Amino acid sequence: MTDFVKPSIDYFELSPLLVVFAVACLGVVVEAFFPRALRYRAQVVVALVGLVAALVGVVLVARAVTTYDDGAARGVLAVGGTVAVDGPSLFIWGLVLALAIAGVLLFAERHLDGGVSAFAGQAAAVPGTDAESASIAAHREHTEIYPLMMFAVFGMMLFPAANDLLTMFVGLEVLSLPLYLLSGLARRRRLLSQEAALKYFLLGAFSSGFFLYGAALLYGYAGSMDFAAINEAVRNDVGSSSLLLIGTGLLSVGLLFKVGAVPFQAWTPDVYQGAPTPVVAFMAAGTKVAAFGALLRLFYVALGADRWSWQPMLWIIAILSMFVGTILAMTQSDIKRLLAYSSVAHTGFILVGVIGLQTSDQLADGEITSLQAVLFYLATYGFATIGAFAVVSLVRDSGGETTALARWAGLGKESPVVAAVFAFFLLALAGIPLTAGFVGKLAVFSAALAAGAWPVVVAAIAASILAVALYVRVIKVMFFDEPVGEGPSVTYPSVLTATTIAVGAVVTLVLGIVPGPVLDLAAVAGEFIR
Amino acid sequence: MNLLSHSVLLAAEGPANAPVVSPDTGAGGVFDLLWLVIGLPLLGAVLLLGVAPFLPASLKAAVDKHGHLVGTAAAVLSFVLSLVLFVSLLGRDAEERQVGQHLWTWFETGQLSVGMDLLYDQLSALFLLLITGVGSLIHVYAIGYMEHDARRRRFFGYLNLFVAAMLTLILSANFVGLFLGWEGVGLASYLLIGFWQHKPSAAAAAKKAFVINRVGDIGLTLAIALMFATFGTTDFGGVSELASQADQGTLNALGLLLLLGACGKSAQVPLQSWLLDAMEGPTPVSALIHAATMVTAGVYLVVRSNFIYELTPLAQTTVVIVATVTLLWGAVIGCAKDDIKKALAGSTMSQIGYMMLAAGLGPVGYPFAIFHLLTHGFFKANMFLGAGSVMHGMNDDVDMRRYGALRKAMPVTFLTFAMGYLAIIGFPLFSGFWSKDRIIETALADNLVIGLLAMLGAGVTGFYMTRLMLMTFFGEKRWAEDVHPHESPRVMTVPLIVLAALSVLGGVLLLGDWIVTWLEPVTGHVEHHEPPLPALVITLMITAVVAIGVAAAWFLVGKREVPREAPQDVSFATRAARADLYGDAINDGVVVRPGAGLVSGLLTLDRGGIDGAVMGGAAAVRGVSSTLRRVQNGFVRSYALSLLGGALLVVLALLAVNLG
Repeated sequence: MTDFVKPSIDYFELSPLLVVFAVACLGVVVEAFFPRALRYRAQVVVALVGLVAALVGVVLVARAVTTYDDGAARGVLAVGGTVAVDGPSLFIWGLVLALAIAGVLLFAERHLDGGVSAFAGQAAAVPGTDAESASIAAHREHTEIYPLMMFAVFGMMLFPAANDLLTMFVGLEVLSLPLYLLSGLARRRRLLSQEAALKYFLLGAFSSGFFLYGAALLYGYAGSMDFAAINEAVRNDVGSSSLLLIGTGLLSVGLLFKVGAVPFQAWTPDVYQGAPTPVVAFMAAGTKVAAFGALLRLFYVALGADRWSWQPMLWIIAILSMFVGTILAMTQSDIKRLLAYSSVAHTGFILVGVIGLQTSDQLADGEITSLQAVLFYLATYGFATIGAFAVVSLVRDSGGETTALARWAGLGKESPVVAAVFAFFLLALAGIPLTAGFVGKLAVFSAALAAGAWPVVVAAIAASILAVALYVRVIKVMFFDEPVGEGPSVTYPSVLTATTIAVGAVVTLVLGIVPGPVLDLAAVAGEFIR
Repeated sequence: MNLLSHSVLLAAEGPANAPVVSPDTGAGGVFDLLWLVIGLPLLGAVLLLGVAPFLPASLKAAVDKHGHLVGTAAAVLSFVLSLVLFVSLLGRDAEERQVGQHLWTWFETGQLSVGMDLLYDQLSALFLLLITGVGSLIHVYAIGYMEHDARRRRFFGYLNLFVAAMLTLILSANFVGLFLGWEGVGLASYLLIGFWQHKPSAAAAAKKAFVINRVGDIGLTLAIALMFATFGTTDFGGVSELASQADQGTLNALGLLLLLGACGKSAQVPLQSWLLDAMEGPTPVSALIHAATMVTAGVYLVVRSNFIYELTPLAQTTVVIVATVTLLWGAVIGCAKDDIKKALAGSTMSQIGYMMLAAGLGPVGYPFAIFHLLTHGFFKANMFLGAGSVMHGMNDDVDMRRYGALRKAMPVTFLTFAMGYLAIIGFPLFSGFWSKDRIIETALADNLVIGLLAMLGAGVTGFYMTRLMLMTFFGEKRWAEDVHPHESPRVMTVPLIVLAALSVLGGVLLLGDWIVTWLEPVTGHVEHHEPPLPALVITLMITAVVAIGVAAAWFLVGKREVPREAPQDVSFATRAARADLYGDAINDGVVVRPGAGLVSGLLTLDRGGIDGAVMGGAAAVRGVSSTLRRVQNGFVRSYALSLLGGALLVVLALLAVNLG
């Protein structure tokens, strides 16, 4: 047995990760020692300052990292080779942090619901009891949500940067556990929220089991958890290929569950509908970004040499996701469920980009790589989604948010601005030109096309056409349908939510008109290191 | 390099080719200010239209009150600059009179790079003087004419906008820039025809002009696209250099498409019908846009594209036919109209027909086309402004049947109008005499029938112009009761006097064949064909034909009493001419009704076929969706089962692909 060697920790390169972790721990301390009256303020400040500091750290690290030893990509393998700080990691970190900042702003919104946040006053109180009424009367609120969210952000950053299967599993769990909790903390309709949290937890645990089993099988195949070693083993074709294939399949289940691909999407509509809208906004954007980062790393770094065996499987999953997501979204009567199915369809579209994996020598000069395309798509999707959910939180009646689509009829008359902004996000999700969604779709489709996956691209285009009908239907309801009863009412938010919506809209518009800089940024992200 | 390829081309293809455009972009000196010719009126338009509405109320009132001075100053300064430029150009050697200026790269996409490039050569120099010179006079005139209009500032803003766009059209060194100006004048024309939009007829006329011009613009757009596809460039320089290498079909298409564009803008048959309605605009607009400048843009386009037309006899012949038809068409309409402006508009159509005819005759004709364009610009602007002056005195009545005997009431207007009249009918030694004479002569040398038809047109011109003169200024008073004609103020009569002088003296441009020599580097040199008869005989014949027309008018109109209401028991010919030779009816029958039929057919197809498919598809999707929804039953055990099934699917798919 070899001696245990203490891994060297590259503090500078890991600084964004460490800052977020430290902030999460600090949040716990604040929760324990600050008086109740000060906690909200302190937590929001700590979270925001920490996230901004981490974002600055990402920029500094991105400027500093040098070429990794084989010369193909820039980056550093930190902590004994378990965390890869390379271009894609840094891009995803930056994206996750930007979305998390927007998420904190949504979490901190207290203007919409009469001076309290969207989270339960006292989670432990059973719904409908005196304890709950007392907590409502006392205007209590949980400020633990901020450290919980910071832990989730930490997981979202560790997950895509993990360079071995165990670290990836740790990242997966660190990202998921706080989200299970957060999902159950809605102030209104708490039973629905708690049901959603429980479902999410049970199914998440189930899928984690698949992931672990797959990791074990892959270890059995390659004799190592390390991605580089697995890659070596695949190249040299050692051991039983059944172990490799079944291991790959089970690992995929864990990851595809997180991104919400069909047939692992069942949790998304229930959770998106039940969880508090700020959590959904953050989760829908952040989890997808992080999980796709991890998916890319697993498939490209560890299993890239074996791509002929997993690409057909992803073809099927991508096509299923696009069509099932779009078709099921058609008949949804709840706006949050509709957006949930839409996110399933988008998972399919992003998978189309993942399928476009080619080695760099197969690419013509100036062609965008699939990695670049997927990263860009994630950026466009993330901002459009967080903006869309933020708008959802504005349309309310006395019972809280009115998410029934029928109640959105006439929103265009009630508040033309809110309706127009939402329509813009929908058009971006549909991929209409002059929005970021169009460029994103174009990028992933051309990457897949360059790799010869034209049947998937044809299916994707067909699904896009169907999807337009889906989004335009909502626009029609908002602008052309007669309102039912009193019609929808819009509560005007504080500057926090307004900022999030504005940033989402501006980014979506700018990326649609001048996508160049961010596409270049995604290109500069280069390739994964091993 | 351009010069070299020029000579090579000439050697290879013979002298039939038009000269290659290769401007000298480093001229320096006053030529660096070329952009300012456009810039000044553009600035005026921006100030009057873009800035003024946002000023604080007190300042805005001041601008409303004095804005016309800003607009007029912009036009006059632009004219002064054009004059300086012209003198500088005169000072250069004949080979160095093509001056270019690159302002900036407008857009660059793929292989297409379009620059904001200006080209100042002998041709654009003459246009510059005409546009800014006549334009300035009309600005001055409009100060008086629009004095009581509440929206005078806006009117002058539109006029400035028009001048800037027209100058862009003329000065641009590529077809895309030309198109920018082309659309700009179209916009200004639309805005100004409909300036009194409270009148439904004016609003309708503006729309009609706009729509019919779109038809022509399609031709120009397609021509530009075809040019890019064929030559990879839209620069005059590049196209003129490469034109001879294109195949005949492409050249024919280019020539015909450009002609379609020219027909729209210059009101040539079959796109002529908008011009008569355009007279709804204020009279200075009719003088500037619909007589002197914009409507001649088609002639400019044909002359400027000489490097294409020289290579496509088919398109040239088409130009000649269109022009001949139009010159007679317009003249016939002019004979029957009682509305003074519409009679003049018919005449404008006819005169542009003459210019087009000359332009269709090739290098022999180009200089005379431009010459007639200039003299027409003078005398027609003169007469339109004169008509405006008459209307000003007659409470804006346009019906000549209620004029009569105005020569005493309005002596200055009468005298200046008479100069224009003598010029247009081609009275010896007046400007129109020289220019029209040369065109008919050239046409006769080219083709006897066309020449004789052009001569016939001159006779008809004599008839309708004399009719107009007699009905307006001579005979008995037939005024409405509350009308007290008076001479217009000085601000209106001075431009009339200047234009009258130009109408008389415009012929000096032909002294020693100056204009022919001047334009030769642009239009190409060619030996004149000998006309079938000596030139003097032809001149005498034309004069005789005109005299017959004048005499006919004297006997039919002058000697008889003019009824105050138009008689209804008239011949078929008169009725047809009054109805613009059924131009609108033809449009209606040939385009509008079949178009409406096509649209309703498509609508049926859309409703029945396409909507059916779409709706059916949507219903199918909904059906599938509703069925699939049931899987989402809310039980976590079912979800877990589906997850397990998914895992099986994934693993089996992997195994099947790889082990199967």
